[in-house]
Amino acid sequence: MHLILQRVFALAIKELLALLRDAASRAVLIGPPIIQLLVFGYAATFELKHVPFVVYNQDQGQLSREFIARFAGSPTFDLLHVVHDQKDLEQTIDDKSALMAMDIGPNFSADLERGRTTHIQLILDGRDSNTAGLATGYAQSIVTTFNEAQIAAHGISPPSTVLLDRAWFNPNLDSQWFIVPGICGILTLLVSLLTTGLSVAREREMGTFDQLLVTPMRPSEILLGKALPGFLVGTLEGSLIIVVSIFWFHVPFTGSLLGLYFGLLCFLLSTVGIGLMISSLAVTQQQGLLGVFLFMVPAIVLSGFATPIANMPQAVQYITLLDPLRYFLIILRGSFLEGGSASLFWPQYWPLALIGIVSMIVASRLFRNRLS
Amino acid sequence: MKIMRLSGLMRKEVYEIVRDPSSIAIAFVLPLVLLLIFGYGVSLDARHIAIAEVVDHPTQITASFLAELQRSSWFSPTLYPDQASAEQAMMHGDADAILWLRSDFTRLSYSTGRAPIHLAVNGVDANQARLIENYVTGTWMLWQQEEATREGARLPMPVIADTRVWFNPSLRSRDYLIPGLIAIIMTLIGALLTALVVAREWERGTMEGIMVTPVARTEILLGKLVPYFIMGMGGMTMSTAMAVFLFGVPLRGSLLVLFGTAALFLLTALGMGLVISVLARSQFVAAMVAIITTFLPAFILSGFIFDIRSMPPIIQVLTHIVAARYFVTMLQSSFLAGDIWPVILPNAFAMAILCAVFLSIALLRFHKRLD
Repeated sequence: MHLILQRVFALAIKELLALLRDAASRAVLIGPPIIQLLVFGYAATFELKHVPFVVYNQDQGQLSREFIARFAGSPTFDLLHVVHDQKDLEQTIDDKSALMAMDIGPNFSADLERGRTTHIQLILDGRDSNTAGLATGYAQSIVTTFNEAQIAAHGISPPSTVLLDRAWFNPNLDSQWFIVPGICGILTLLVSLLTTGLSVAREREMGTFDQLLVTPMRPSEILLGKALPGFLVGTLEGSLIIVVSIFWFHVPFTGSLLGLYFGLLCFLLSTVGIGLMISSLAVTQQQGLLGVFLFMVPAIVLSGFATPIANMPQAVQYITLLDPLRYFLIILRGSFLEGGSASLFWPQYWPLALIGIVSMIVASRLFRNRLS
Repeated sequence: MKIMRLSGLMRKEVYEIVRDPSSIAIAFVLPLVLLLIFGYGVSLDARHIAIAEVVDHPTQITASFLAELQRSSWFSPTLYPDQASAEQAMMHGDADAILWLRSDFTRLSYSTGRAPIHLAVNGVDANQARLIENYVTGTWMLWQQEEATREGARLPMPVIADTRVWFNPSLRSRDYLIPGLIAIIMTLIGALLTALVVAREWERGTMEGIMVTPVARTEILLGKLVPYFIMGMGGMTMSTAMAVFLFGVPLRGSLLVLFGTAALFLLTALGMGLVISVLARSQFVAAMVAIITTFLPAFILSGFIFDIRSMPPIIQVLTHIVAARYFVTMLQSSFLAGDIWPVILPNAFAMAILCAVFLSIALLRFHKRLD
């Protein structure tokens, strides 16, 4: 047993040295993930700001100007310019200089002063439907506040109910709080997959693999030796990214570190296992890279990072059960925002551990088959 | 003579492609898998939002409001006996929102006319939370209008904004996500196909074999570019066919413009791959750089999901070097709107500049000597 441990450690150290030997590989392991966290942490936001809009105002009255000012003064909308006919309005939407166009009819002020309901038209560019949908929501809420002011001014009896909404865990609906923990998960996935996914193929291409085979090491020991660096690099990178999220982005950390780290270990077990599976299948590094991509891209898309799993069709939701990132994102977001502790995360821990153990076993099978 | 050398190099590259079918997989299997998964998996349209309802004192008026929620396809409501159990459900992720009508709801709605409907949403996913708030507000306003008409009263609603969404009136998110996806897939194909090809020759030592022949470095790079360009365009054709015939995305622009811009973009993406390959020299570094500089920037910085105008100014500047940004805009226009030249020309111009920059870096940094 002692001898096996010694052999596994020796191989792990050799792997780490091979990985960190030249400056370029050291640099790509540490620099880019941190830069990406910083760039994407700021870039990935669902809040809308500076949506350009144009106005076609056929009304001469004071009220329409007040109405437009409410839009132009909000941080969400920027008034681009005033257009003077329908054709101009269409043109600005077509060539994407404005996302929204507001068409106010000639009787706007007159209608309001007589207490009649008046209609305006909002035209949105649906080529980017998500932004269009969000902008509609913002616009409606500006219209609602305008209406309330009008109702108060005219002394009309208001509707019989009011809707009071508030958000739990994230009262200002700050999407950075949601995205940054997600990026933590993605980057940990990326680093651990890459360190393990190409490692066997590289030895095969360089011809050092045969040398490894003539050592007294058993295939499972070789795999273990290749798995350890993935764990080590993954844990260190993960910790670094978590530290940046807390101290740079000020995402509140309300849960327990123990619960998060146990989750990180289970997650690494599964990603290292999958990385080794790819590694033992790939003959060339190009195949390894393709394998990493074919796993990584769907894993990110189906994890609920940017689009909720609940919106996916039922069949696709079943596929997401195989995605380790799905479970880790719940652990990350739970630990950061919801004050979750280890006891709340058992439904996440065991699937991760299961995926890890199964993929390790499959990897060692594949590895042995490839040898014979 | 030059043509002969070039065709020889290209033939060699084709043999490499055939011998290791993983590049054929990159061009055809990768788009197939990704389009299927994205096309069916990514949707920003919320459906069946799990909403927990707590009614302290059920009356006719609360029943009529809950019935309105039930009718809407956005919600799948569940009635909970008290607020504590509803909060429990939200903690466990069984409910995304809690709607609470307190015991004085009915009394207040008749007397003061300001009966509060308490809505608490899980704010962890801020985007989803905002959608839920918008949907509940929409349903609530509809209900108010119906109640008012039933009682023959006029609802005090001074301004009503009628929204019309052009190009995608039903806001089908698939229609705009799939063109964006094609841009991301093409980024991956372009960079992955060429990212390793030069680094591989250095690692295997076969570059030295090429060095001693009289071929010029332009010919070496062209020999690497042309076969992969043809494969990439094949992938593009397949993706477009899937978008139109499988996912039913309208194609309102002309095929000529679509494939013209795609060719320009593919050259840019392949050029970027070549730059990575020429600079990296080792396949591990090239692979890592390819992953870091392609998928995530194209996913996050291209305006495909996250709106570029809402990003901080420095990052907006940074998005200008992401070629996918221009391609996403052009594809969304080509598919949903048509050939709109004021959109096509500036974006194509920006892409042409990027393309020229990448190809000249590849050429300048690729030296025909061993050191």
